[in-house]
Amino acid sequence: MTNTTPAIIVDSTPEAKAAFYAELQTYVGLEIGEPTPAPDEVNAPMIRHLVEAVGDRNPIYTDPELAARSIHGGIVAPPTMLQAWVMHGIDGPQRGGDGPYEKMNELLFSRGFTSVVGTNSEQTYKRYLRPGDRLTMRTVIDSISDEKTTGLGTGHFVSTRQDYYDADNELVGSMLFRIFRFQPKAKAPAAKPKPPRPRPATTHDNQWWFDELNEGRLCAQACADCGRVRFPTGPLCPSCHSRSYDKVEMPMSGTIHSYVVAHYPQVPSFDYPLPIVLVDIDPSTSHAGKTGNDKVRMIMNTADCPESALAVGARVRIEIRATDPDMKLPFAIIESTGATS
Amino acid sequence: MTTNHLTPTLPDTRTYASVSVGDEIAPFELPLTRTLIVSTAIATRDYQVVHHDPSIAAERGSKDIIMNILTSNAFAGRYVTDWAGPNSFISSVKIRLGAPNYPGDTMTVTGSVTSKDDATRTVTVAVKGSNSMGDHMNATVEVVLP
Repeated sequence: MTNTTPAIIVDSTPEAKAAFYAELQTYVGLEIGEPTPAPDEVNAPMIRHLVEAVGDRNPIYTDPELAARSIHGGIVAPPTMLQAWVMHGIDGPQRGGDGPYEKMNELLFSRGFTSVVGTNSEQTYKRYLRPGDRLTMRTVIDSISDEKTTGLGTGHFVSTRQDYYDADNELVGSMLFRIFRFQPKAKAPAAKPKPPRPRPATTHDNQWWFDELNEGRLCAQACADCGRVRFPTGPLCPSCHSRSYDKVEMPMSGTIHSYVVAHYPQVPSFDYPLPIVLVDIDPSTSHAGKTGNDKVRMIMNTADCPESALAVGARVRIEIRATDPDMKLPFAIIESTGATS
Repeated sequence: MTTNHLTPTLPDTRTYASVSVGDEIAPFELPLTRTLIVSTAIATRDYQVVHHDPSIAAERGSKDIIMNILTSNAFAGRYVTDWAGPNSFISSVKIRLGAPNYPGDTMTVTGSVTSKDDATRTVTVAVKGSNSMGDHMNATVEVVLP
């Protein structure tokens, strides 16, 4: 036994499928293992246990006098109890082995047909069994269907036939048992569309910035008094405390100052791993700044670039994209990897 | 053979002549108790855990234990012999399986005569067992009548 799951063989061409089906058919007609003797002879106590559980009051199963007066001539077992006489009991069936049934299953498993469901049981009776009958069962692979697709998945119907013989080797009954060996239908990919991004918490002090983005402009603030360029937006200049400001349109380019890649916790609106970059926006040409403290950094996600392209110092182009019908945000597209020092 | 009022009598059996194609058999309601599902599984020597252990059944993806197939067979047979009587002979029971029988549900069994074969005095009965999820079994039972 190994712990690795063997790769599923895919028969992609009609010829390969036909060859697989032909190999399956070589198992039809083969007997599965040795004949199985019933552990007990047919007996009145087991009959009584079953008819009590089932609530079957037919006197031919439990009443010796009435059964003797019936066409059956004495106590008989319910015909549908046929299979119970050879059941394995609490120890269960012997597993494993390398008989035809196991080999057929291995062949089916190799194509991914690993799930199983019982679909049909067809019993025929030559005569009713009576206490003292000692049964032996022989099992044959009766048929294997070609590939079928049902509501459960795609696979093959496998029928086995169990023939039951009495002590005189006379056939007393048979059971055709059909199972469906299948590969379960692939679970449908998450049908739920991604929820929209969380909305920004907008206020009187930053709503204008999102409004500008919606118009296609990436802005910062410039103090109307001392000229300092600043971001994020706020009511007061950190340098001179002035409440007056101008909107400054910033260049759509910059350099990665730092970055993180978020793995957890995952918010359904995003794809993970999720790069988040801090971009030094290139200086404004109209407002070069006067205070020497005019660096503008913005946090954003990247777009159209692999995680491996992330590097401190990498040059980025900034694009404003619609993330939802009513929201636009800046995204960094990495143009070249920067110094990796 | 002498009989008197103390001698139990064999219930009547329907005669082949008295049965017609299209005859409906009275419906039978079977409450699917946990005791029924477990006791019938054990009485048929079927110790698979999915027929008696709810916690393991749940681990394996079943919402509860389920009736075993041997018991579905037994009820298909009982339904027809309850109707036909003790001097009948069931020659085949063929069932197609559907929705499982879980505890707490009820299986309603209905049936009707679908064909007769004069040469063998065999009557074919279509039996359906339905629960709240749909058809548990569709059975075809052949019974020979006197």
